[in-house]
Amino acid sequence: MEDFWTRLALRIWAVLIMLFLFVPLVVIFLYAFNQSNIESWPISGLSMKWFASTWQDPDVRAALLLSVKTALAATALALVLGSCAAFAIHRTPFFGRDAISFLFVLPLALPGIITGIALRSFFSFNNFDLSIWTIIVGHTTFCIVVVYNNVIARLRRTQGSLVEAAMDLGANGFQTFKDITLPLVSTSLVAGAMLAFALSFDEVIVTTFTSGAQNTLPIWIFGALHNGRRLPEVNVVVSFVILVTIIPVVISARLTGGGASRIQAGR
Amino acid sequence: MATETAGRPRPKGGVSGLRALMWRVPWLRAVLLLIPPVGWMLLVYIASLVLLLITAFWTIDTFTTQIVQSWNLDNFRIIVSDPTYLRIISRTVGIAAAVTVTDIVLAFPLAYYMARIASRRVQTLLFAAVLLPLWASYLARLYAWILILGHSGLLNWSVQLVGLPPPNIGYTVVAMWIVFSYIWLPFMIIPMYAALERVPESLLEASADLGARWWRTLREVVLPLVVPGIAAGSIFTFSLTLGDYITPILVGGGSSQFIGNVVYGNIGIANNVPFAAALSIVPVAIMAIYLLAAKRLGAFEAL
Repeated sequence: MEDFWTRLALRIWAVLIMLFLFVPLVVIFLYAFNQSNIESWPISGLSMKWFASTWQDPDVRAALLLSVKTALAATALALVLGSCAAFAIHRTPFFGRDAISFLFVLPLALPGIITGIALRSFFSFNNFDLSIWTIIVGHTTFCIVVVYNNVIARLRRTQGSLVEAAMDLGANGFQTFKDITLPLVSTSLVAGAMLAFALSFDEVIVTTFTSGAQNTLPIWIFGALHNGRRLPEVNVVVSFVILVTIIPVVISARLTGGGASRIQAGR
Repeated sequence: MATETAGRPRPKGGVSGLRALMWRVPWLRAVLLLIPPVGWMLLVYIASLVLLLITAFWTIDTFTTQIVQSWNLDNFRIIVSDPTYLRIISRTVGIAAAVTVTDIVLAFPLAYYMARIASRRVQTLLFAAVLLPLWASYLARLYAWILILGHSGLLNWSVQLVGLPPPNIGYTVVAMWIVFSYIWLPFMIIPMYAALERVPESLLEASADLGARWWRTLREVVLPLVVPGIAAGSIFTFSLTLGDYITPILVGGGSSQFIGNVVYGNIGIANNVPFAAALSIVPVAIMAIYLLAAKRLGAFEAL
């Protein structure tokens, strides 16, 4: 169908797009090893010195700690809420099932500022002070969908006959859940949790509206970029954040055979 | 776990009252499980959105900056009548549209290559390669472009290397357009690729058998079948650009405010939450219209 020249042109195009996607990421990693504190191309030489000074920076440490705490808490909450919803919905056909799926996707489908400002005005209306808890509530809200999508996709692929066989053989509901259902969905739970962690660890828009005086790592990066200060440290932190968000995603993709990385999982 | 209505084994052994009840009323278990997650979403999220909508019709006392809960349309009147806000809205929508078109153009040949020409192995590899940047921190990818487009960045350096004058496009609307197109590109590639992969080979063969050249087959057979995928991708590229305010602050330069920036500004310094709420309804309304149009194009089946 496509002649030789069309194929060649398409191949070249594919290579160019790949370069477009990955050259910026490579640039970031190179700058992390920049010897100078001036961000200019080409970098003057390679050095590891900014890694040490970034690690010593108390602000970076505090932000990292807050990010990890927030992401862990939001992931745990999303794991419970998202899998509850998936177990409830997957085999019971009832009215409003699509509406419930829609409800969970909404925080990711609506522009981030809407979620951010809505939660912000909700917290101030109820006189909740902005703290790590308000950040966690915000993050949980948009992380539920990732767990939900992963678990429900797995449940749809598993066969109900396994559960029925267990019950025929005399297992009670708890035994069936522990020995049959849980092993079947366990990797999808882990995958969902990892995606939720990555999503939370990297979030900036909703966080700017729901955090008070605290800085998560992305907020710290945003502040430093905005003021143009401590850029050598930003290079290091940003490279670190790329790794922290990509590694869980790669693992979760392996666990679910690529299913976790579907676009429904969100950003 | 007994939820199937037909041929369910009756729970054996000591059946507690609740479990027996759940067996008799299959949806009861679903409802009990749904209470925590749906309760969370309704109490936190939907309540917040409703409050936002209501706040938009309130106003603030200009002296005390306290919210006055009196119903009026003042905020919307200001948005519609002040040319500054109209300019910001049309800039936001304009760039969101430009980014969407750019991403369609960039993504289509790659998606076509992935779906129809690349070998199975290359296909999987490219798919993973497209997804990876999507998960690499948003701020990281944004920052990469600050470094590349800046005055002494990679772009100016390489253009000068070829002997041309440096383009100096850091901190302009053009920079914003490039960065948005870059960051949201994977969101366009994936649904487009999925749509292209579903185009049956037999249709293309039939078209070729009937004498259509490749270009004509592409235009009259492939493209119409890919429209739902394009529409699905464009929901992401359009919506995500529309709601962004970080990129305009960091790479847009002085005169590149987005709707989001005004919303953010009114939350922080001015503390005029009702006005911010009213303004934030603008992108929601635009997205609602956009989603309706996308639904007509079949975008939801392609997601």
